[in-house]
Amino acid sequence: MSLDPTAPALFSLPAEAEAQQQPSARAGEGGARGRSLARSVLPPLVLGVAFLLLWQLVVVVFDIKPYLLPSPTDIAGQIVVVLPLLWSSLLATGLNALIGLVVGSLLAIVLALLASRVTVFDRMIVPIVAALAVVPIVALAPILNTMFGSTSDTPRRVVVLIVVFAPVFINTLRGLRQVRPVHRDLMRAYAASNWQLTRTVTLPGAVPFIFTGLRIAAPLGVISAIVAEYFGGLQNGLGSRITSAAANSAYPRAWAYVFGAIILGLVFYGVTLLLERLASRRRA
Amino acid sequence: MTDTALNALPAISVRSAGKIFSVARGAEVQALTGIDLTVAPGEFVSLIGPSGCGKSTLLRLIADLDSATSGEILVFGKTARQARLDQEYGIAFQSAGLLPWRSVQANIELPLELHGVGKAERAARAEELIELVGLSDFRTRYPDQLSGGMQQRVAIARSLAERPKLLLMDEPFGALDEMTRERMQQELVRICSETGAAVVFVTHSIPEAVFLSDRVVVMSPRPGRIVDIVSVNLGPGTERSDALRENAAFFAGVTAVREALHGSPVAPLGADLR
Ligand SMILES: Nc1ncnc2c1ncn2[C@@H]1O[C@H](COP(=O)(O)OP(=O)(O)O)[C@@H](O)[C@H]1O
Ligand SMILES: [Mg+2]
Repeated sequence: MSLDPTAPALFSLPAEAEAQQQPSARAGEGGARGRSLARSVLPPLVLGVAFLLLWQLVVVVFDIKPYLLPSPTDIAGQIVVVLPLLWSSLLATGLNALIGLVVGSLLAIVLALLASRVTVFDRMIVPIVAALAVVPIVALAPILNTMFGSTSDTPRRVVVLIVVFAPVFINTLRGLRQVRPVHRDLMRAYAASNWQLTRTVTLPGAVPFIFTGLRIAAPLGVISAIVAEYFGGLQNGLGSRITSAAANSAYPRAWAYVFGAIILGLVFYGVTLLLERLASRRRA
Repeated sequence: MTDTALNALPAISVRSAGKIFSVARGAEVQALTGIDLTVAPGEFVSLIGPSGCGKSTLLRLIADLDSATSGEILVFGKTARQARLDQEYGIAFQSAGLLPWRSVQANIELPLELHGVGKAERAARAEELIELVGLSDFRTRYPDQLSGGMQQRVAIARSLAERPKLLLMDEPFGALDEMTRERMQQELVRICSETGAAVVFVTHSIPEAVFLSDRVVVMSPRPGRIVDIVSVNLGPGTERSDALRENAAFFAGVTAVREALHGSPVAPLGADLR
């Protein structure tokens, strides 16, 4: 009973703090932002460089064979050699990941909206998505290859779509259910339609949750796009280059493509983070 | 009020209204029973009583946020539901309930926007209201950049956006400190005299009720009912300003309400009813 969203007792929030943020707190923000960026980027950068140095040192000192572990300089050399091909494979895989991510996320958001409004649909889809979230979807790749033909990018995009769906759906739905009772009452007092409630209260309130889902989904989408290529089909992306280089014992080259995969994952993550920042700046 | 037809029709008319909530496993809570109350146009009426006596419930029945299980509730002669659909009232709650992703101005424009008022007209009305509640320098700010008192002023401006002839307020100053609270009461008195709206105001502060109201409705719990209605007679021409708080008529009102709450005459230094 205490959870009844219409209970007036729930109006009583803890006393809102007086004078939370004064205008002066905003002054000098530009400088502070630059400094905080340096503070958040510098430590991992230093650690990364130290790690590469240690790696180089270990490979040289212990004379480790390239098929076990090539040195960073070997890999860097290969990156320069295969750069044009690396770039085109990165674009091919990136496009698959992007299309899967965008379509899968839109679908997830629309279905979450539907589930938040239609109870019957909610009961049907939520268990399915929960099951979907724990199934290793990339295992579907060989089957999808036969379904859509192995000369198509579609199977990979479908894999990405299915993989990103669950985290975006689950987080969006959680966000859509956060509507505060006072907002619900207010919109009822205004005799607002269901659609007006969704557009002005429910959906904007869910935006931070949608971004949480996207932040999980974006790197996951890139990983799935690459791994889906391991199961044959078109030889145009990072995943197929990695397998073919490894099959030819060209280990530094395989590592060069792995490097490309890391860059791609970081770009996807960075862009979602950036979009999230932009969206949240408008609200405060 | 110049309109005599409006004067004839009460702003609110509640006839033997009751509300029973069904809670878990068939159990029931009798939140209100036998409520009779009439509020005249332009009249300021407070509901006071210990917590759980059904003040919020009564307000929600009038606002058609819940429906009565018995009796009749009319707002300007219409059913509560029709009055809500026709936007006959403005409402404000204890928590301001602003949308955090909207600026002060956009929050105040919300009801106008929902009801299809054009952009230019909306902006003009918001400008007036922002001035009325003294937030001219904060038009483009977001709720989390405002103090609690400022947020509440935005909520009040929003409740006035469509010039309602009736304002419903559920402890709008409940979360504010005493100083801010007295300032807000002062502003509410001014706003009401400027707009001529009838007000139903829920509070659990006796001085607040007496300071603001023409009549104070005293309620008691289990089951929620009206035990007394105290008319506050400040004498002709008395202004509701800070000076009133030290006036004999004001103290008489406070004493009358306190006695009604305790059911018998009490010593002036009686326990705080809260
Ligand atoms: N939605 C609800 N479901 C069940 N009981 C409720 C609900 N809303 C209020 N009540 C009960 O009705 C009584 C009156 O509540 P309320 O109107 O909130 O009191 P007040 O505002 O005077 O403190 C209380 O006993 C409360 O528990
Ligand atoms: Mg209450």
